[in-house]
Amino acid sequence: MTIPLSTSTFAQSRRLPKVSLPPVGASLAMLFLIVLIAASIWPDLFATSNPLKIAPRLAFRPPGLGHPFGTDQSGRDIYSRVIYGAGQSLLLGVGAVAVSMALAIPLGLIGGLGGRLAERFIGWVLDVLFSFPTLILALLFAAHLGGGIGPLIVATGVGNAPGYGRMIFGQTLSVRRAGYIEAARMLGHSPLRIIWRQILPNVMRPLIVMVTMGIGQAIVWSSALSFLGLGAQPPAAEWGTMLAMGRDFVSRAWWLTVFPGLFIVLTTLSTTVVGRYLQRCLEGRTS
Amino acid sequence: MSKASLIVDNLSVDFAAGSARKSVVRHVSFRVEPGRAVALVGESGSGKSVTARSLVGLAGAGAIVSATRLSYGDRDLRALSQRQWREIRGRDIGFVLQDALVSLDPLRTIGAEIEEALAAHGWGDRASRRRRAQDLLRSVGIPDPDIRALQRSDELSGGLRQRALIATALALDPAIVIADEPTTALDSTVQAQIVALLSAIKEKGHGLLIISHDLHLVSKLADEVVVMHHGDVVEQGPVSDVLAKPRHAYTRALLDAMPGRHPRRRRPIARDREEQASSLPETVLDVRDLTKTFDGPAGSARLAVDKVSFSIQRGRTLGIVGESGSGKTTVARIALGLVTPDEGEIAFAGRPWVASTGRGPRVSEADRRPYRRDLSVIYQDPLSSFDPRWTVGQILSDALQAAGLARKDQARRIADLLAKVRLPIEIADRWPLNLSGGQRQRVAIARALAANPKVVICDEPVSALDVSVQAQVLDLLADLQEELGIAYLFISHDLGVIRQISDDVLVMQSGRAVEQGATEQVFSAPAHPFTKALLQAAS
Repeated sequence: MTIPLSTSTFAQSRRLPKVSLPPVGASLAMLFLIVLIAASIWPDLFATSNPLKIAPRLAFRPPGLGHPFGTDQSGRDIYSRVIYGAGQSLLLGVGAVAVSMALAIPLGLIGGLGGRLAERFIGWVLDVLFSFPTLILALLFAAHLGGGIGPLIVATGVGNAPGYGRMIFGQTLSVRRAGYIEAARMLGHSPLRIIWRQILPNVMRPLIVMVTMGIGQAIVWSSALSFLGLGAQPPAAEWGTMLAMGRDFVSRAWWLTVFPGLFIVLTTLSTTVVGRYLQRCLEGRTS
Repeated sequence: MSKASLIVDNLSVDFAAGSARKSVVRHVSFRVEPGRAVALVGESGSGKSVTARSLVGLAGAGAIVSATRLSYGDRDLRALSQRQWREIRGRDIGFVLQDALVSLDPLRTIGAEIEEALAAHGWGDRASRRRRAQDLLRSVGIPDPDIRALQRSDELSGGLRQRALIATALALDPAIVIADEPTTALDSTVQAQIVALLSAIKEKGHGLLIISHDLHLVSKLADEVVVMHHGDVVEQGPVSDVLAKPRHAYTRALLDAMPGRHPRRRRPIARDREEQASSLPETVLDVRDLTKTFDGPAGSARLAVDKVSFSIQRGRTLGIVGESGSGKTTVARIALGLVTPDEGEIAFAGRPWVASTGRGPRVSEADRRPYRRDLSVIYQDPLSSFDPRWTVGQILSDALQAAGLARKDQARRIADLLAKVRLPIEIADRWPLNLSGGQRQRVAIARALAANPKVVICDEPVSALDVSVQAQVLDLLADLQEELGIAYLFISHDLGVIRQISDDVLVMQSGRAVEQGATEQVFSAPAHPFTKALLQAAS
């Protein structure tokens, strides 16, 4: 019997599964994130004025023409500050998740693959660290490192690392014990190749979703730190700092806190919705 | 117990999904009378389970059930509310679900499970419910019911769990008992016990409806049989007529597919001569005195394998048969180099392959690795043995890389492998998740063949498949052996399967090889009492 072998057969094998158009919610969330990313790269395209320029005569203007989100106590345009803050917030979110992963991935992998002693020791370390609430851990680091955006990224990243570490640790253990890893050993693949070609990719796959959702959460955490006065210092255009600055005027000028708060909520919501959507796409193919 | 019958006339079930309607059962009619048993037979997807579930109002979300008559006694069941169904279920019609492990609450004792069923219908007071639960457990043959009633389902064996589930269904003494695959996944001796229990229930005057793909079970228990195929009834009648003189081709195919009906085909003589001419048959796997003890909880120890020896020659099949817990899978895992035995050793193609933890030379995994390609494995659940990120083509390509085949030659070899296991080449682009059970197992076989192995270890490779698919896969394995001269170490709890595929058989009980010999010898003249009991239970 001869089998016609089309050359396309294997070229196609790496194509992505057919994905129908994302639902409305996910589409809106993606659109919001794209606008946000654009705003953080080219803020002057969106902003109407310098976010730090004070104009005392224009203080406490409510939202209206010229100042769509109103102005703050020093007459700075809140809309422009929110736009300029987008870059800071995204940088914070992405940076903090990167710091978390830089700590969590090696810890989880060494724990999962380094033999019985490493498994016990790292499991124990992660349990101890995980028992500290995230905010306490982050506060500890923020207080120690001082103010500013760099320390804020490190503090938020470190605070979240134990949670990610535990997830990666558990994921590594379960992948290591999976039937297909045993099958790979039975085929005679070397341990290093199995780790590189099968364990790592399978451990990392759910991370795409975790990272996407984590960015939003990191923004909330760092805003909380800024709000407590431990992050970016006023008058920096950072959403958490803006919330903290507006706190004293909540009853008089609601727009000082509502707009930065709204953007924190929308950003977190969007990353979560997009993360969930990615999760569904990946799961549709594998379980 | 009232003596009412369940009458079904022209039952059809459709599923509505959006605006589309999918018909899954069409015009099924039968009646279940007191003291008689009806069997619904068919493979997965035939609509037999949906039919049974719609008789207790559990056809599922989106199901549209219609019938010209659906009645229990003089009660019309066609337009009942969920609340009315709850009254009927359990009290008039008992339902034994398929999977005892998931159907029983893992956090509750089986006693509590039965008492709950009684309480749901307001039966008696607390003390009388407790007594009734113990009586029921005793009546389904559970020893020491006062102790067992306090155990949870995961603390019971498969057979006891199934009995407990039957006891739950019988709690309110319903006139009709529906059992969905009551013996699937049980060992053959336990199966025989459950069949005896169900017969006793029938004798007592309950009407039974058995859902099964196992014609063997049906032939022992049912009075009438309804054969279903893709939602249609293809044949119906008294069990003796249908099984002895099947009129429909599908029934004949089902009967033909029952494993063990065709003993192993003998090899063509020419090949035997050739073998004789070359030399004595070459021993590929030589297993000597394997012993393995596992540590249990609190310092206890369990002897899993006790001095087991055998050898397999090129191109032949050794079947290991035994019940769960007999140590057959441990033997396979030792042979694969996954478990180190306490004593004994294995030589593979004349080379040391597995050594014991005791004295003597050791064999490390690194020593084995270069020869892994000559020994491969097929598992019961192929899906979990495939990397979930990979298509069939990528899975096979990975196996070929392990065998050292250059990338440029892989496409042709993959096409060749897929043709060998009779799968279309287009499968290479698909994910195993989207394939049927039989197709997945063929992919697993193709992977096992990738490096032209000398020995393939098959651990229950057909146990999860429907009977007709089972027969195809067994035929495929036999053909491949003929063509490629592979030796199989074939492990199964199913005597029919073992009889069909094996040249030689080894019977295991509690870790020991109690009987060993040529297949026909062992099956026609068993020497050991345990082998006799196994054969008895299966016939």
